[in-house]
Formats: sequence, C-alpha cells, structure tokens
Amino acid sequence: MTPATPAPGTRPPRRLPLTWLGILPFLIFVTLFLILPTAHIVIGAFQDRSGAFTLQNIRDLNTGTIPSSYWISVKISVASAALGCLIGFAMAAAVTFGAVPRWIKAPLMTFSGVASNFAGVPLAFAFLATFGPVGLVTVFLRNNFGIVLQRDLGFNILSFWGLTITYLFFQIPLMILIITPALEGLRREWREAAEVLGATGTQYWRMIALPILFPSLLGTFALLFANAFGAVATAIALTGSSLNIVPIQLYAQIRGDVLGNPNLGYAMAFGMIVVTAIANLIYIWLRIRAERWLK
Amino acid sequence: MNPIARLFGWAALVFGLLYFFIPLTGLVEFSLKARRGVYSLDAYAKVIGDPEFQATFGYSVLMALVTIVIGVLIVVPTAFWVRLKMPWARPYVEFITLLPLVIPAIVIVFGYIRLYNTSSWLPMTGSVMGTNILLAFGYTVLALPYMYRAVDTGLRTIDVATLTEAAQSLGAGWGTILGRIILPNVLVAVLSGAFLTFAIVIGEFTLAALLDRPAFGPYLQRIGANKPYEPFALAVISFGITWACMGLIQLVTRFSKHTRAQN
Repeated sequence: MTPATPAPGTRPPRRLPLTWLGILPFLIFVTLFLILPTAHIVIGAFQDRSGAFTLQNIRDLNTGTIPSSYWISVKISVASAALGCLIGFAMAAAVTFGAVPRWIKAPLMTFSGVASNFAGVPLAFAFLATFGPVGLVTVFLRNNFGIVLQRDLGFNILSFWGLTITYLFFQIPLMILIITPALEGLRREWREAAEVLGATGTQYWRMIALPILFPSLLGTFALLFANAFGAVATAIALTGSSLNIVPIQLYAQIRGDVLGNPNLGYAMAFGMIVVTAIANLIYIWLRIRAERWLK
Repeated sequence: MNPIARLFGWAALVFGLLYFFIPLTGLVEFSLKARRGVYSLDAYAKVIGDPEFQATFGYSVLMALVTIVIGVLIVVPTAFWVRLKMPWARPYVEFITLLPLVIPAIVIVFGYIRLYNTSSWLPMTGSVMGTNILLAFGYTVLALPYMYRAVDTGLRTIDVATLTEAAQSLGAGWGTILGRIILPNVLVAVLSGAFLTFAIVIGEFTLAALLDRPAFGPYLQRIGANKPYEPFALAVISFGITWACMGLIQLVTRFSKHTRAQN
C-alpha cells in the first residue's frame, strides 16, 4: 500500500535487475485479492472433499437443475446481447451517419455512459415499477386498451423475457459506447469509392461496411454476453429465487450450500469463469483484428 | 441521405429513447405514489428518515472513499512505474487489471469467503474490521479496470520521464515525485476514475451481501422485498447518484480541457 519506491539496492553500482520491485505492492495486491481467490475456486473444482484430484465435480455439473440453469443463463445472455447489439447498432448508426440532427450525439453518449453503469438492484426496481403488476405500462395498457400483460400477452416480468428486456437497459448503451468509434472509423472515401464503381447503398453495406465492422460487432456481442452472464444483483432483486439461472444458484450455494457439496459449488463457479473467459477471449481477439481498420 | 434511411434512423432513435425513458418515468412516478390519489414525496421522507438508510448509506459512502484511496495508492505508483521503467510489462499489467471484467464478482467473493475464513492462514472474515477491509479490497479489485485505464490514459498525456528527471535533478525523492509532480498532473484522470469507482461501490450488491456487511445495496434489495413504495424512492436516489458521478466526470474533463487551452 506504500508508494512504489524502489528498494535501496537499485542504485547503479549493483546492476541487479530490481526495477520490478516498483510494482511489487500491485503484484502482492492482485495476487492476494484476485489471483489466489480465483485459483482457490478453480483448484477446488478439481478436488474431492479430502483434497484429492478428481473430475467428478465437473461431471456432476450435469446433474439436477445445474444444466438447465446454465442453459437458461446462456439463453438470456444470448438474447439480451443479440437484441442489445441490434438496437444499439441502429441507434449508433442513426447518430453517426446523420439520419438525425448532430447535436443528439453528445447527450446520447453521456446518457449511455450513465445507463451502462445503472445495473443492479435499482434497475430491477425501475422495471418492476414499469412492467410489474401495478407498473406504469401495465396499468396504462389495462386502463386504455383493456390489455392485461400477463393474461393476454403471456408476459411476466419475473421470466426469461422479463429479465432479457431488463438487461437490455444496460446492454444497449454499452453497445452504443463501443460501436460508435468503430462506425466513425468507416471512412467516407470507402463509400465514395463504392459509389463511383456503381454500388448501391445495400451493396456498400453488404460488401464493404459490414465485413469491416464484423469483428467489432461479433466482439461486442461477446462482451455483452459476458456482461449479462455475470449479472447477479439485477436478477436477484427482480426475481428473488424464482428464476433458476447460474448466478442465482451460485449465490444460494455460497449462502447455504444448497447443493450439499462445496466442491460442486466450486465447479459451478469454475463453469462461470470458463463461459465468460471464452466470451472475453473472442472479444479481445476480434478487437485486435478490428483495430487494423481503425487508425 | 435518402428518406428511408432517415426514417429508419429516427425510428431507431425514438425507440431507444422510449426504451430508456419509460422505465425511468415508471420508477419516478411509482416512487411518488405513496399517498393515495395524489403525488407526494412521502416515500422519500420515510426513506430518508429511516435510521437504517442513514446507516447503510453512510457505510457505503465511507467504503467508496476508502476504496478510492486504496485504488489511487495502488494504481498511480504502478502505472507510473510501468510507464517509466518497465514499458515492456505494460500489456501484462493491463491484462491483469482487466481480469475483474472476465471473472464474475460472485466468483471472486466466493474465493474470499473460502480463502480468508476463520480457519485459514489470514482469517479476515473472522472479525468485523477484517471483513470491512476485505470488502474494501474487493471493491478495489472491481474498480481496478476502470481506475487503471483512467490513470494510464492520463499518464499518456504527460512526459513522465522528463518530469521525473527534472524533479530528481532538483533533489526530489520518489514520494515527492509521485505526490507533488505526477499526481497533480493526472488529477483529472484520477478524479474520473474516482467518480466511476464511487458510482460502482455505492449500489454494489453481490460482495456486500455475501460478506454480510450492512451496505446500501443489500439494504435496497431487502427493503424491496418488504416495503411498497420506499424501494422505488431509493432507486431514484441511487440513479441520481450515478447520474451525478457521470456528470462530474464530464465536468472535470471539460474543465481540464479549458485550462489547457488557455495555456
């Protein structure tokens, strides 16, 4: 926690490589509070109760309600990431390519910065107050059109779609924040060159713009996926324990060992790391590819 | 721009804006409905008068400030040192600071609970103070990606090596260089990192709930299950705080641009 001062022995006469001591406090900190705790979980996932190596915990992930909770988590994450990408892309494109007045862009970016951080418990309340049993939209539809959300449209905020549209509230702004620089990187010259060669607008998008943007789009999709997959607070505040998704099940497991096997809990957490790590690796790899075009 | 594209653009924008503003309107409207038939601030009055609100909110504010201090003490010297002496290590350090975005918070805190329990070599969860410190460290980890990136970007705009040599030739030690040369020069970056950290910590739920600390996030969740209108007033307040933090980031960034332009 002390400022990174070099050890007394770093003066020129002794030419031992000691400069790394300057980042020692940082290394100790991340080892103790990031690396070791995570390693403990990962190692625990491959141990039985006595500490011997086993793959049984990983195999046991395929029992009981665990596969279905992973499946519904993945479905919610894919749905909210895909819709987030689509809507966010359309909005970013609208402000970047001048379909709407220019001045809208700056406030939209600021708002996206706020909204992408507005996850967690308060967000769940906002959607309960809007789409819940006595929410603004629910009551409005009932009084003016005689539509009861739950009865007529089969919609329930405490469900797959309820959670998905709630997550979209932070997914769309995140997409706008990440994709706008990529859209700005599309040079006017490319479009003009395409037009000179006789391309239509659709052809330009299909054959030039989208292939260039493809790594950014897919990469952002992966990031949004990981973002939704790890969200705990929103889900718990919105659904309590009525929806069986991975973070909620892991939360219950940490609270009270509901699986009856601590190492199975480790395996579940390990599974979460694997899923988000794959999604993030895809994001990083594709971003490196995308940056070739953004200079 | 042809009319169809223009129409499509407007449609996307209007749809998105409705998507953002309807839930916020619903939230605010609901929080004002505590008194039957009329809009009132009753729910806010009740919430702000609740001693548990004051206690948990105070706790979270304090936690946020402690987290910011720890974050600055760890991140600023590290980012400085890496830029000055170990540029080859920058990608690795950056990779480590991005790990909290990959490893879900619930997994990190799970590790804390198992690694630092009462029977371990470092029994931090054994005492209240120890758990508080663990929570602050946990928050520092969660804020690490944002803090590091902010400070590193700030350092890029100044000439670290020249400033350091100039200070050294005038006899400054490392503490003076960091505290009186580097920190004031990257203050704007540190402040934006700090406000973002504040916004993250103030409503954080997972870590505080699983470490069983009386923070604002768990209180919000608990009251949401028991009270009719108060939680919505609390949600409005916490959205207001997030908004204020982001506004302050914009403000300090703009302010710094102005002073730089005048020079």
